[in-house]
Amino acid sequence: MREYSTIARIEGPLIFVEKTHPVGFGELVRIEVDGVMKTGQVLDTSDDVVVVSVFETTRGMHLDAKIRFLGQGVLFDASPDIIGRVFDGRGRPKDDGPAIIPATRLPVNGKPINPYARERPGDVIKTGVSAIDMATTIIRGQKLPIFSGAGLPHDELAMQIARQSTISGDASRFAVVFAGIGITEAQAHAFMDDFAASGALSRSVVFLNTAADASVERLLVPRMALTAAEYLAFDKGMHVLVILDDMTNYCEALREISAARQELPGRRGYPGYMYTDLAAIYERAGIIAGREGSITQLPILTLPGDDITHPIPDLTGYITEGQIVLSRELHNKGIYPPIDVLQSLSRLMSGSIGASKTQVDHKPVADQVFACYADGKEARGLVSIIGEDALGDDDRRSLVFAENFERRLLAQTGREDRRFDETIDIAWDLLSVYPRESLRRMSDDIKDSRYGKQDKQDNHAERQEPHAKDEQEDGGNGTGRPESGTITGNAGDERP
Amino acid sequence: MSDAKRETARKSSIADLKTMKTIKGERRTKMQNDEKSTRSIRTSKRTKTKRSETVAENGIRNTILHSARHGPLPQPTQHGRITRVFGTVVIARPLAIAMNEIVRVGEQRLLGEVIRINSDTATIQVYEDTAGLRPGEPVTGTGHPLAVELGPGLLGNVFDGIQRPLSSLVDEQGAFMGCGAVIPSLDRKRRWRFNPVVHDGMRVTGGQRIGYVEEFAGFKHHIMVPHGLDGVIRSPRQGDFTVDEVLCEIIGATPSTTGKVRMMQSWPVRTPRPVERKHAPTTPLITGQRVVDALFPIAKGGTAIVSGPFGSGKTVLQHQLAKWSDADIIVYVGCGERGNEMTEVLVEFPKLKDPRSGKPLMQRTALIANTSNMPVAAREASVYTGATIAEYFRDMGYDVALMADSTSRWAEALREISSRLGEMPVEEGYPAYLTTRIAEFYERAGVITLLGATADHTTDSAAGTTGSLTIIGAVSPPGGDFFEPVTQASLRVVKTFWALDARIAQQRHFPSIHWLNAYSLYRFTLRDWYDRNAGPDWNSDVTAVLSLLQEESRLLEIVRLVGSDALPDSQRFTLHTSRLIREGLLQQEARNERETYCSLARTRQMLRAMAEYHTVGARAIARGIPLQDIVLRKVDIAIFSLRHAPDDAFDASVTAIHADIAAIDKTMTGKPSDINVQRGRPKQPDGGGA
Repeated sequence: MREYSTIARIEGPLIFVEKTHPVGFGELVRIEVDGVMKTGQVLDTSDDVVVVSVFETTRGMHLDAKIRFLGQGVLFDASPDIIGRVFDGRGRPKDDGPAIIPATRLPVNGKPINPYARERPGDVIKTGVSAIDMATTIIRGQKLPIFSGAGLPHDELAMQIARQSTISGDASRFAVVFAGIGITEAQAHAFMDDFAASGALSRSVVFLNTAADASVERLLVPRMALTAAEYLAFDKGMHVLVILDDMTNYCEALREISAARQELPGRRGYPGYMYTDLAAIYERAGIIAGREGSITQLPILTLPGDDITHPIPDLTGYITEGQIVLSRELHNKGIYPPIDVLQSLSRLMSGSIGASKTQVDHKPVADQVFACYADGKEARGLVSIIGEDALGDDDRRSLVFAENFERRLLAQTGREDRRFDETIDIAWDLLSVYPRESLRRMSDDIKDSRYGKQDKQDNHAERQEPHAKDEQEDGGNGTGRPESGTITGNAGDERP
Repeated sequence: MSDAKRETARKSSIADLKTMKTIKGERRTKMQNDEKSTRSIRTSKRTKTKRSETVAENGIRNTILHSARHGPLPQPTQHGRITRVFGTVVIARPLAIAMNEIVRVGEQRLLGEVIRINSDTATIQVYEDTAGLRPGEPVTGTGHPLAVELGPGLLGNVFDGIQRPLSSLVDEQGAFMGCGAVIPSLDRKRRWRFNPVVHDGMRVTGGQRIGYVEEFAGFKHHIMVPHGLDGVIRSPRQGDFTVDEVLCEIIGATPSTTGKVRMMQSWPVRTPRPVERKHAPTTPLITGQRVVDALFPIAKGGTAIVSGPFGSGKTVLQHQLAKWSDADIIVYVGCGERGNEMTEVLVEFPKLKDPRSGKPLMQRTALIANTSNMPVAAREASVYTGATIAEYFRDMGYDVALMADSTSRWAEALREISSRLGEMPVEEGYPAYLTTRIAEFYERAGVITLLGATADHTTDSAAGTTGSLTIIGAVSPPGGDFFEPVTQASLRVVKTFWALDARIAQQRHFPSIHWLNAYSLYRFTLRDWYDRNAGPDWNSDVTAVLSLLQEESRLLEIVRLVGSDALPDSQRFTLHTSRLIREGLLQQEARNERETYCSLARTRQMLRAMAEYHTVGARAIARGIPLQDIVLRKVDIAIFSLRHAPDDAFDASVTAIHADIAAIDKTMTGKPSDINVQRGRPKQPDGGGA
């Protein structure tokens, strides 16, 4: 293999190599600098000059570095043994385990799934987190991002989902691929400790690229993770949940490289091809007709300035099938997980829940809870304007409902793994503050089956007069505070 | 004037035929190459060899045909070599090629299109993944622009952005998209029964329908004379043919107007197909969606955009329009959108039936799916591919609707390509020609007189002489902000704006068309049609409803400050009826079997009932009757229930409602009631609505 030391220019993470043999676009490059090996990838190739982006930093790089072009793209060594292992951003084992003997070596860029070969997703993944299971059910083959903000507990939520997620059927066919993209060393440790302690590691594949690692490598991590996932899902027939934490760091890296290449910037400096680039990642979720497995993606995004219209969440939202939105207001109220169910949405949910999938009353209950909670939030707004005394009975009930909903259904501990039926039971319980005829989103059949049939002891407290209940709650914390902390681009908008 | 047009058509048509020839030649070489490599790897794949033989034969036959007609073949295009690869853009030299010519790039023979020519280099946008491509690899011109194959077999099929049938790609490459595949768009083996409607010796001209294929029961796929041919038809006969077999010959006065007719034509996608004349639209496209049909209609041959942030329901609305519009043909372009959504279409459409004909919807639909992760250049091409297929059916005299979801992804593809070329960006990085491209695209819509229609009187009298193409584009504005280049450029050309709103969507009001921001200029041009077909009250009812909604938003401002109790009864009644309009007319559940399609007759009755209820109610209040007395009659709930009323009970309910409304009018004084009506608004009845 020919070796060159014809670097003409070094700029940011890029090196420009001249007088090479014809080098393929996207080829992997090995660079030796004073005995230290680095790797890179070809970004631009021509007769005269080849542009290479270096995965490690170019710090210490000089014009005499030796360059070798490996004649192939970036590959991932896949094997059934990758389960339970930890890799760095370039797919090299990072734990103390033995080297992976590749069963197959796969190009990490992958290929688009032919839309004709896809199968419609229709089975749920149970996370044990009530808010998600009930209101934004995750469907196998879906891509459903978590929109979070700085300081919100998305990591805890991600870990909890990674620990608790199950599918109906054979548990050994379920795996989690976790990709830490530009996370801090401390976060990485927390994840690893948690994975190890809970035993979740035994069904997981972990890729870690920390904030200290080169940013170019961040572009590779989700691709590595998804290549591993595709191998497990479509070659080994497993159902794989891929958690990408945090895609904001990925996009920052994309912008960095784009700027270094002096490309024309798009919105807020992000490159114009960011949509295509993100789509190439997110669209790797799915199910292929005639094959066993599935890939479900749960990317996590920290919204810069809690702004949902920022290009990163915006482009993501246009590609993904819904979103789970975390709310700063709920977090400040001490609710974990602080999921804003009104802003969250799972597009694939409505066709995939119900009798044979979750529970027969799942959809009507979810719709009813959604409507009541929306009423409750509206009532809170009214309270701040006209005062609580001026409220009608329905609005009072909604106030109580909203409060109970947040405290009892949303809130759970990071270790609590709720069953579907437990979640639905709680919902029925909460709905019992309303008279039967106020539950307009449910058919009579559904109401006949469950309404007023709770026989638990604590139910008694819930049935008290709305007003009395309200006073109890009032002692605690800011009921009826106007909403402000919710993440939204339209916060100030008026209802038309 | 039309002569000049025909002349243009003739020229393009000749270019077309050349095109076809070259495609064939190309294919032959490619197939042979493939064959070699395939054989060395595995010998089991016999089918491939067979096909390559057929294609090769066709290629030769066409070559002979061509030389017979047009003299010697043009020089085979030169080979060039790649000098640079960056992203999906390749630079090659030296090449004697034309702008927008299709080229084969590298040893894998990837498809590409020439997008810039310098004195010694050509810039090529590659439609496939360029990984591994290196300088020095060959580039070959094909001598033709990007073109699509038009003929029986388009309907019910799914293609990628450059018209490769996705099902065949799965057969060939497996579930993941590979590179360099050459697959004919239309099945070359399938035979279709050709039924001529002209006889030997008749004079025919380009665009004229000379016969048909019954592609599906009850659907006539007309076979048209290729543009440019003009003369006497020789020996058209009934029989079973493949798409590329000769059906008959046309002997013209000159060699250029003489030629053979096959079922399949080819047309360059970026060139609009010629028409005799364009007309102003006069008929609405009835969509079965109440808010569209009643308040913001679109005309057949018109243009519209659906614009809104993610989650506002653009795609669901587009799907609804594709499912229920009373067009004859739907061409649905999934341009840079989600893979699972295309699967949804593929799963759902075959199960659904056209409410008018009762035939499976898939039989009137052609799908183009170039999802967001498929190559960006093919995404750019996909809307043109769709438009050309749509125009082809329009030219048969059908009403065609083209849905492009989403044109923003197409614009972004333009931006991406432009930025790789280092072109000067204007607003938000988009190239300066964005507005022109958008305008050109929507200009392909229209009501037309068919080319050759004047000569057509001898042929199929059942088929009309006009066709229409309606274009409905989805726009995905960043952050839901309509003040962005794609929405703004589109608004300058389209006549209907369905503005979707995130807040409304969040309240689960669907379709989330914002009744104050949306507009349709066709409301005025279609007045006469509605007057004749939807009753004399329709236009005034629509105006009344719109102004009520306007009034409501003003009143809600006040309510937010002082509460609704402070309003007089007349204004509270306005809030009451406008809420009924929003929930009973504008909202429509796409997933509810009984609601997903609402006939114009039903929409009309509901609209009438609401307008009447408001007029009579307002009159009663003016007479001093308390609001409560009107509300307690629960007429609004009865009207609301019309949404879900089964067809057989609908008319009876309407009659009952009008009787109730009439009763309000007769009430002279109110009697006090003991039921407390909260804040002047009725509660919505059960979703089931029984």
